[in-house]
Amino acid sequence: MIKIENLTKKFGKTVSLDAVSINFNRGDAVALMGANGAGKTTLIRLIMGYYHPTSGSVEINGLNPVKERVDILQSVSFVPQLPPPIKLSLAELISYICKSSGVKKEMIFEYAKEMKLDIIPNLNKSFFQLSGGMKQKFLIAVSLAKESDIMIYDEPTANLDPKARDDFYRLIKEKEKDKLSLFVTHRIEEVQDIVNRQIYMDLGKITTDEAC
Amino acid sequence: MKNLLLIAYLDLKESIRANWFIIYSIVFGGLIALFFIAGITESQVMGFSGLSRLLLMYIQVTIIILPIFVLITTVRSISGDRDSHILEYMLSFPISLSQYYWGKVAGRFITVFIPVFMAMAFAIIYGTFKGAEVPWEIFFLYTGLLFAMSSAFLGIAFFVSSLVKSSEMALGISFFVWIFLLAFIDIALISLMMQNRMSEGLIISIALLNPMEIFRVSAISLFDPELTVMGPVAFYILDMMKQWQFVVLSIVYPTLLGILFAFFGYKVFAKKDLV
Ligand SMILES: Nc1ncnc2c1ncn2[C@@H]1O[C@H](COP(=O)(O)OP(=O)(O)OP(=O)(O)O)[C@@H](O)[C@H]1O
Ligand SMILES: [Mg+2]
Repeated sequence: MIKIENLTKKFGKTVSLDAVSINFNRGDAVALMGANGAGKTTLIRLIMGYYHPTSGSVEINGLNPVKERVDILQSVSFVPQLPPPIKLSLAELISYICKSSGVKKEMIFEYAKEMKLDIIPNLNKSFFQLSGGMKQKFLIAVSLAKESDIMIYDEPTANLDPKARDDFYRLIKEKEKDKLSLFVTHRIEEVQDIVNRQIYMDLGKITTDEAC
Repeated sequence: MKNLLLIAYLDLKESIRANWFIIYSIVFGGLIALFFIAGITESQVMGFSGLSRLLLMYIQVTIIILPIFVLITTVRSISGDRDSHILEYMLSFPISLSQYYWGKVAGRFITVFIPVFMAMAFAIIYGTFKGAEVPWEIFFLYTGLLFAMSSAFLGIAFFVSSLVKSSEMALGISFFVWIFLLAFIDIALISLMMQNRMSEGLIISIALLNPMEIFRVSAISLFDPELTVMGPVAFYILDMMKQWQFVVLSIVYPTLLGILFAFFGYKVFAKKDLV
């Protein structure tokens, strides 16, 4: 599904990603690990089409994520490393998501409920006024409601209490069949149950890539 | 198109709640209220009177403060969203970059234009109510000028916004652009003129590349050219072209300038890394 060849990304003199080649296929559930600054987020942003590669290429189902972003993002769910301080109210944000991506509102409510997040009383609150954990729960609910073939999570559980983590992993386990999911994480024990492939990165390179 | 409107609509809603928008509306609305309270419409100075005098004062103040308002509030719209990673999340949905960018432009245009226009419309309504005669020609010209001003500075602001990496930088550049257009160009040209190095016609043509100068001249172009308030530039211009030609130019040129800048801003936005 995702084909990465010789991908390099530099910021000035910093080489954040150094000639990485890797494929991700349907059915893969990948734990992406590595020290801070190893290049995990950079790799994900290249997959999402946010960065232009310095050299090399990314293809998602044969398409270029920068040029054909609309087609690709139709089937990608993404939860960023830090929930952004979006000023829209939850109701507005939901309408943005539903109208732009054809997500069903009821599904967002449904998954939010599964994540123990009560949306209704917060509908008119700005997204950034929610607590850190609530924001993350909301983003997770959206990512699940979107019914995507590719699901990308950049440390999604950082702000979640243990109970919410369990909910998240349970929902993911139900969802991830026949899909491609990528989890950036620093705690392999936590994701052991939901992944079938582990990748370690260091200094912009992939150091190990093994099934598990 | 559907997505573009969606983004414009959401940006509009977000802006209307923002503090800057409230201050912005109060400033322009307050200006009009102040003029009425001060009795501008009743005084007779330099041949202007009634509503035309009020509208002239309004547009003259607006020419100075609208650009800086538009610049500092708009310049952070793309760069601020980039800084705070809002862009990263919002653009993880299937929205094309052009829908996003032009949606933001459209939303901002409405937010910026409506208050300055409404303040003027309010002056007309209140003036009529008080029995003043409405100078329709001036009203329509100034509506056009407000439109052109909003476009020009919004375009410049979006260009800066997508060009720079951080919103701090964007803010600094806005101040520079404003001061530059407001004063520096004039000062430089005046000094050139005094040294007699260039022909007057050339200097004035250069002065007119500056949208702020065009607005200044256009704002008084409908008044009697005999009046003393008209500066040398205005006098020269209105001598050179027909009044209606200049009026059209003063609306079309800044509007096009704004669109051009916004367009270059889009090119830069689409070519650079998004986050
Ligand atoms: N926009 C940028 N500009 C300059 N340097 C960057 C940029 N983004 C990342 N880097 C650099 O690239 C390297 C990799 O960063 P990246 O964010 O990919 O690390 P990471 O593996 O996600 O780390 P963490 O576990 O802390 O999230 C770092 O050295 C970082 O400083
Ligand atoms: Mg990271």
